[in-house]
Amino acid sequence: MATVDLSQFHKTFFEESLEGLDAMEAALLALDSGSADHELVHTIFRAAHSIKGGAATFGFADVAAFTHVAESLLEEVRSGRRAVDAGLTDLLLRSVDCLRAMLARTARGQPVADAASEALRIELTQLVAGEAAPAPAAAQAGATAVDGWDIRFVGLPHLLRSGHEPLRLFRELQQLGRLEVLRAFVGDAVAADFSTLDPGECHLGWELRLHGAVARPDLDAVFEWLDGDCELAIAPLAAVEPVAPSPEPAVAAPAAAREASAAGHADGGSIRVGIDKVDALIDMMGELVITQSMLNDIGANFDLSQLERLREGLAQLERNTRELQDSVMRIRMLPIGTVFNRFPRLVRDLERKLGKQVKLELHGEHTELDKTVLEKIGDPMVHLVRNAIDHGLELPRQRRAAGKPEAGTLRLDAHHEGGNIVVRISDDGAGLNHERIRAKAVERGLVPPDQPLGDDEIAALIFEPGFSTAAQATDLSGRGVGMDVVRRNVRDLGGSVGVKSVAGQGSVFTIALPLTLAIIDGLVTAVGGERYIVPLISIVESLRLPADAVRRTAGGGEVFRFRDEYLPVIRLHRAFGCADAVTEIGRGIVVVVEDGGQRVGLLVDELVGQQQAVIKSLEKHYRQVQGVSGATIVSDGSVALIVDVGGVVRLGRCSGKAA
Amino acid sequence: MHENHADTAPTVQQLTFSLVGEEYGVDILSVREIRGWTRVTRIPQTPVYVLGVLNLRGAIVPVLDLRLRFGLERESYGDNTVMIVVAVAERLFGIVVDAVSDVVDIDPATIKPVPDMGAIVDTRYLKGLATHAERMVMLLDVQKLMRPEDVETLDAALPDVRAAEIAA
Amino acid sequence: MAKILAVDDSASMRGMVAFTLRGAGHEVTEAENGQLALDAAGAGAFDLVLADVNMPVMDGIAMVRALRARPEYQGVPILMLTTESHTEKKMEGKAAGATGWLVKPFDPDQLLATVKRVLG
Repeated sequence: MATVDLSQFHKTFFEESLEGLDAMEAALLALDSGSADHELVHTIFRAAHSIKGGAATFGFADVAAFTHVAESLLEEVRSGRRAVDAGLTDLLLRSVDCLRAMLARTARGQPVADAASEALRIELTQLVAGEAAPAPAAAQAGATAVDGWDIRFVGLPHLLRSGHEPLRLFRELQQLGRLEVLRAFVGDAVAADFSTLDPGECHLGWELRLHGAVARPDLDAVFEWLDGDCELAIAPLAAVEPVAPSPEPAVAAPAAAREASAAGHADGGSIRVGIDKVDALIDMMGELVITQSMLNDIGANFDLSQLERLREGLAQLERNTRELQDSVMRIRMLPIGTVFNRFPRLVRDLERKLGKQVKLELHGEHTELDKTVLEKIGDPMVHLVRNAIDHGLELPRQRRAAGKPEAGTLRLDAHHEGGNIVVRISDDGAGLNHERIRAKAVERGLVPPDQPLGDDEIAALIFEPGFSTAAQATDLSGRGVGMDVVRRNVRDLGGSVGVKSVAGQGSVFTIALPLTLAIIDGLVTAVGGERYIVPLISIVESLRLPADAVRRTAGGGEVFRFRDEYLPVIRLHRAFGCADAVTEIGRGIVVVVEDGGQRVGLLVDELVGQQQAVIKSLEKHYRQVQGVSGATIVSDGSVALIVDVGGVVRLGRCSGKAA
Repeated sequence: MHENHADTAPTVQQLTFSLVGEEYGVDILSVREIRGWTRVTRIPQTPVYVLGVLNLRGAIVPVLDLRLRFGLERESYGDNTVMIVVAVAERLFGIVVDAVSDVVDIDPATIKPVPDMGAIVDTRYLKGLATHAERMVMLLDVQKLMRPEDVETLDAALPDVRAAEIAA
Repeated sequence: MAKILAVDDSASMRGMVAFTLRGAGHEVTEAENGQLALDAAGAGAFDLVLADVNMPVMDGIAMVRALRARPEYQGVPILMLTTESHTEKKMEGKAAGATGWLVKPFDPDQLLATVKRVLG
């Protein structure tokens, strides 16, 4: 029989195992924090169980052996024979780390078990109650050779409902030796009345004779699955001289790790996609094919009478394309929870290391973002979280003295805002020391000594290159990596990072990143002869204002009342310097947009329509332009700029100050 | 001043064009294409000589007008307006000139340094002077035309003005 | 050949099972957990179901019970893919209506042999 090359599944196995370990870790941490949810224990068990099964199947013996012990221990927990305490959680968390390392070595084709993993495996083994070597397979006494067997087999009524088929059974027996059916009979239990007989039930029995030197275990194996589904009596035909028991065939002796193929596990960057997403794609492909054949049809015998059909077909094509594009983009979108999941562990480790107490709150784990962005958001977040615990949160006694609960709160939340994902890392710690930051900035020559600065402006200085806030660098945050690196990383992704802090009450770091680096839904607006695209997601409402709805402020700005607030008007033609635009507010359209909780009204000439815009960089051949996030190509082949709402809002705010 | 060191040096091909009656050349190796005028999309907060951007087979490419670059005016853009698309490093940009003339071979040995001579184009943007068919060709240093520093310097002076404009 | 429903939450195991069976000419539908398997089973007719025991959302035991409650699946062989350390699970599976089991780890040849055994 052709042997299947299993190495193609190794990569999937590593990926799912690492995910399983993440889940295991998260659940262990939840247990650690006192949650008694039984489902958590199941999750942990399941993860270990799957890794063990996979590792054994794919021949990673060391990983399988290690997880086997861990699983046995977990089985005791699951069945309630062992209570979970801090020591056990700790041991299991160390096991998670160890398994991660073992899997990494397996993937690289290196020797998998090392001293550390062996020590841990032994520790686990010793803990498992009565974990002696598995009882030797019940002595196969009576391994006597026989001439054959007499078998009396009576199916119980539910036999067929368990998917058994006596005929198959007989065929199996035939493979062991020559099978003779001595008698078939109707079971005693059957009623004589055929009208009440359920055809789905089995009421038959057979007396069989199997000829040949068939070993009893082989015979038992045939009936192994029928335990409880039949009455079975087996008797040897005649005993002959005993022979030595044949050696049991080794059960799938796991081969040594297939190093060669494992070495090929370079990070090809794969993505696990939910079946629903793939199904949606296939559905859409189907529709596209239908549309195409319809258009083909029209094209084959085109005359003007079919113009309407052609239009319909094209409209359909457009819809299909858009849907397909949506679905394709969605494939790359993953929940940020995968990044959040690292933090419980990190926080726990930092707590112990620093003698602090931290209550970690996670919100918005399901917020989705592009995989590329997701992969890069982790490091800046880790840095900010370390920083918050190291420098932000105080020691328990300091907190007590300040009248705060001993445990500090660290909150991570993620949500969509405009075309961005916004991640906030907030703590209720000491807050930034604005004076010290200012002094340091002056000392470093980052700002002139006499420059007036607001608190937020001072706080922003910590992101300047070379700035380090820690009076003494600890081994956690003071690794020579400063906030400037955080800012650079975030900016590289087209995002921004900011901080607000109140002394004694804590700090909030906010990272805003684009959801995807590729496409937005936009509203096309006209200003003068130009087209500007406003991201749909930032738009609150578009309205025509009566000419007298706009008031001038003392500073010369313009505001209008929208719902319950006054919003500044930003004349896009001024912001972007367009000639020949509508200047009377009453004759144009005001598009109310929102960014970071700030709303403004953008004055445009008119709305042209909605369009999906593939974002093209202006920087590639030119440079970044304030108020513009990129460009796109519109249907006539010309270029339209995409409005960076945040940038325009800042322009507006800046104009307010200048006025 | 005539150092005859380059007998064996290959000639350099220059694309020549005219600007306000003078003849200029750009290294043909940096030229990607020559195209007629197409409408560009204006970009805010750019120096006046950057006319805007256009779609060059999917790339968003800035276009600058050489007349405006040197403080002159251009009356109109139309069918006769010519644009040379050049590449500097990986970046592309278009240069609007009056007319494209020819592709000529220049012997590098004949290239002379630029005296300050009051040409339209600031001598800082010239690599040298060459002679072709008895006519002087000024060799343009395209790298310097769109140097980011220039853009930044100019731009740095702008925000205050602009903010005031918006508020007005 | 046969239409087989392969149910396992582990993508690698499922992939291995499906690949092996397809290689032997069977038509395989994959499902990630018991619930999705029930959905798939409702959408098509299968000659054999292979199911892992430990799965999130709905485990293999509950899935077998639910399948056996459907008249069209009463006679369909269902094999549990289980590990040797859990004999009680085998019995639980049987009580729920499983036909038999295949003990992990198994290799492709063992899988094919077992499938052949129940398909006759």
